[in-house]
Amino acid sequence: MKLKRYRSKRKYEPILPGPREWPVVQLSRNKKEFLKEVVEEAFERIKNNTRNKTALIEELETTLYKEKARIRQTPWKVDPDDEHQFWGKVKDELLEISQQKVKDEEKANKILLSIIERYAAEIAGNFNTSHYRFARGVATFGFNRLLNAARIKRLGGFWSDELTMNDKIQINGEVEKLRTLAKKGTVVIVPTHSSNLDSILIGWVIYTLGLPPVIYGAGLNLFNISIISYFMNSLGAYKVDRRKKNMIYLETLKAYSALALKKGCQSLFFPGGTRSRDGRVEKELKLGLLGTAIEAQRANYQEHGSEAEKIFIVPVSLNYHFVLEAPSLIRQYLEKRGQERYYVENDEFSSSYKIITFLFKFFTKGSDISVSIGEAMDILGNKVDEDGRSFDPKGREIQAEDYFKFQDKITINKQREAEYTRMLSKKIVEQYGKIARVFSSHLIAFVAFEIINKHNKKLDLFSLLRLPEEDLVINFNEFRSTCQRIKNKISERVKEGRMSQAEHMDDNIDNIIEHGLLNLGMYHSKRPLIKTKEGDITTMDMNLLYFYRNRLDGYGLEKHI
Amino acid sequence: MGLKNTFDKPIGVIGAGSFGLSVANLLAENSQVILYARNAEALENINSKREWNSYPIHQNIKAIDDIEQLANTCDIIFPVVPSANFREMMQSLSPFLHPYHILIHGTKGLNLNLPEGKTLDSMQVLERHHIKTMSELIMDESVVVRVGCLAGPNLAKEISQGLPAATVVASPFNEVIQIGQQLLRSDRFQVYGNPDLIGIELCGVLKNIIAIASGALTGLGLGENARSLLISRGMAEMIYLGKALGGEVRSFIGLAGIGDLMATSHSTLSRNFTVGRRLAEGENLENILADMQEVAEGVNTIMIAKKIAESFKVRAPITEILHRVLFEGLTMEEAVQYLMKYPLNVDVDFI
Repeated sequence: MKLKRYRSKRKYEPILPGPREWPVVQLSRNKKEFLKEVVEEAFERIKNNTRNKTALIEELETTLYKEKARIRQTPWKVDPDDEHQFWGKVKDELLEISQQKVKDEEKANKILLSIIERYAAEIAGNFNTSHYRFARGVATFGFNRLLNAARIKRLGGFWSDELTMNDKIQINGEVEKLRTLAKKGTVVIVPTHSSNLDSILIGWVIYTLGLPPVIYGAGLNLFNISIISYFMNSLGAYKVDRRKKNMIYLETLKAYSALALKKGCQSLFFPGGTRSRDGRVEKELKLGLLGTAIEAQRANYQEHGSEAEKIFIVPVSLNYHFVLEAPSLIRQYLEKRGQERYYVENDEFSSSYKIITFLFKFFTKGSDISVSIGEAMDILGNKVDEDGRSFDPKGREIQAEDYFKFQDKITINKQREAEYTRMLSKKIVEQYGKIARVFSSHLIAFVAFEIINKHNKKLDLFSLLRLPEEDLVINFNEFRSTCQRIKNKISERVKEGRMSQAEHMDDNIDNIIEHGLLNLGMYHSKRPLIKTKEGDITTMDMNLLYFYRNRLDGYGLEKHI
Repeated sequence: MGLKNTFDKPIGVIGAGSFGLSVANLLAENSQVILYARNAEALENINSKREWNSYPIHQNIKAIDDIEQLANTCDIIFPVVPSANFREMMQSLSPFLHPYHILIHGTKGLNLNLPEGKTLDSMQVLERHHIKTMSELIMDESVVVRVGCLAGPNLAKEISQGLPAATVVASPFNEVIQIGQQLLRSDRFQVYGNPDLIGIELCGVLKNIIAIASGALTGLGLGENARSLLISRGMAEMIYLGKALGGEVRSFIGLAGIGDLMATSHSTLSRNFTVGRRLAEGENLENILADMQEVAEGVNTIMIAKKIAESFKVRAPITEILHRVLFEGLTMEEAVQYLMKYPLNVDVDFI
């Protein structure tokens, strides 16, 4: 198999010569030792969170209770066989303690350690250089084949090299800076998250840009499927189980991430947590893993002084015309918001068959995708230059270690760092708003939905979504002129650097509308927007239209409808 | 010297107005204090005569006029300057500030950040980012992030007489609250903490409006029933406005909210109260402001708050009617009549 036939418009050399130097390789080579460190660190954290042995025993009991409930309610194929056994043993030991007059703290500590060890081993990634190469190669090869088969509709298209991933996926933004900074410090990539495709896409982007592999948390559910599990393991993923919401698990996870960062492993978090259910660009971020970046930076300064390696946060926006999972995502969102009693999170990726169909659909049918790399920031969201130095908005240099200092010394203060994490997440969200690229499809979905909204001012969201068909038709002239007006508003904001748009948005409004209609949610069985016989605009699925409309939410464009 | 605090560096205070001096005096009981004063006469009086504006100056206070030196010597700084000068002060201070600095301000006003060429009158609607509390202004103008504020019933004259009092230190950072408590606490001064920085700042800002109204009631001789009516409806109005700007309701029922509102509405010592009283006695605003030694923040606040009420569609009858008295020639008597006819319906609808 010729894996090297990959071709690109712009070829980026790998920034580190060989896998020997990749921190992630060093990590997996010393996996045993690393896990030991993780266990120690997690143990320390949990002991700090539980002030005395009574609190610790309570925490253990809560964990036991939650874990037993999880095993009963949501068993997964990937779960190990000895779960019952393990937690049964924990139960017996806790029972023993509860019967003692003077509670044995040593014993409680031991139980805690055994739980942490179990969690840490489960979380740990299994990076392997040759697997990485192989997986990478297969993926690139396979994607290109699929792409060509789909686009060049003639015999032999499958083997053609006319198109590559690069033709399909544009990467824009601060690429060079990202590459430079990856050599100078530890990069943490924080992408938006709207589709299951994101993990694969971002992996490809990182490879294409010549960056060393990153470690990233992938949902344990993806490991249910053996072939995906193989790829994930090979690509440096560690496992995150969103069913386990107990403190011991979360702290172990954070210890894992913080230590990997400290060791210089480039990392990736989806800070939104899960895929955006309602199609909006993330506005609220999950702070847990993000906080480990701040923590690791402080630890670096503590150990190595001002020369310590810096951690750079790079927001990335993934932009699609079409999110395959949109129908089920928006349904989940609406169910939750409508406070329906039974809210079942369904999983489109529950079988190999489903995921392969998904990929096939995506590569054969999906339209263009763009990936925007945002400005790199330090751990408080300050701009950094090519040398990794931080600057305030007025161009004065900042020593980032000063953020952790009090009376000339670096101090550890969890609450302070939690607040910094909140501030950083605000800056990331701001960047998302700036770099998320507006596509023609986003524009028309927004305009159409808002016109319908304007015509039915008195209705709340749910009534609006249930409007009868005949009320969903929009006069084309009104639609066209509103699109023009909103497009102008967007262009103004683009000029001010407050938004970004794709190149096709520079075209005239009729072409933009055509382009948008063609691409918006294409291949959903019910199209979010279509033209009627009379040439007016209408929707086949109001929920989907709402989903795509939300991409432009939060820019204050509504008032210009 | 037997100082109680554990900080090695002196504490900075910016501003030698009455509240600035009170803060400096409180701090000086536990720490060495460096006070920045622009005015040469003040500087001279503070350092040699140990008295300024009829306030005695604690021996641990040293005044300087070099803001760079202040920033270099002090890690913890208390800016207490009128809101109208705050941005300018920050601009001259910020080149010397670093992320290790901690700023706890004591200024009870708002600042506007309008697009170029616009004034409050020419703005159709205000958006939230046009309005800056002092902590937001500090973060806009400098790299300092560990920011807090002081607010509460702290009439400067009473504090300087050594009467018992308390204050709130608000900051999202626990360490800032703890530092404030360590530095300010004494036998006569109690310090409470609150994480809702914006809410507490707004308490201090918005209560000035009600203080002016309360002064007016005194000027008109309308009695205590009327004042209680004013205070409780004023409280509701503060909450509506405060909520619209991102404060938490519960901050308003604490020491910095209702506590400060009571003090300023009852005390004839308060500047804002004085403005209201003299207006009710028939003087015009220009004359009153001309012979006041220090700024009455409430006048400026009414201008901004009225625009906020319109822009955020908040009910604020007291603010609106005071605006008409101050700037549109309505008399206080007419204002009271108007308020008594105002169609109020619900007593408490903000919790």
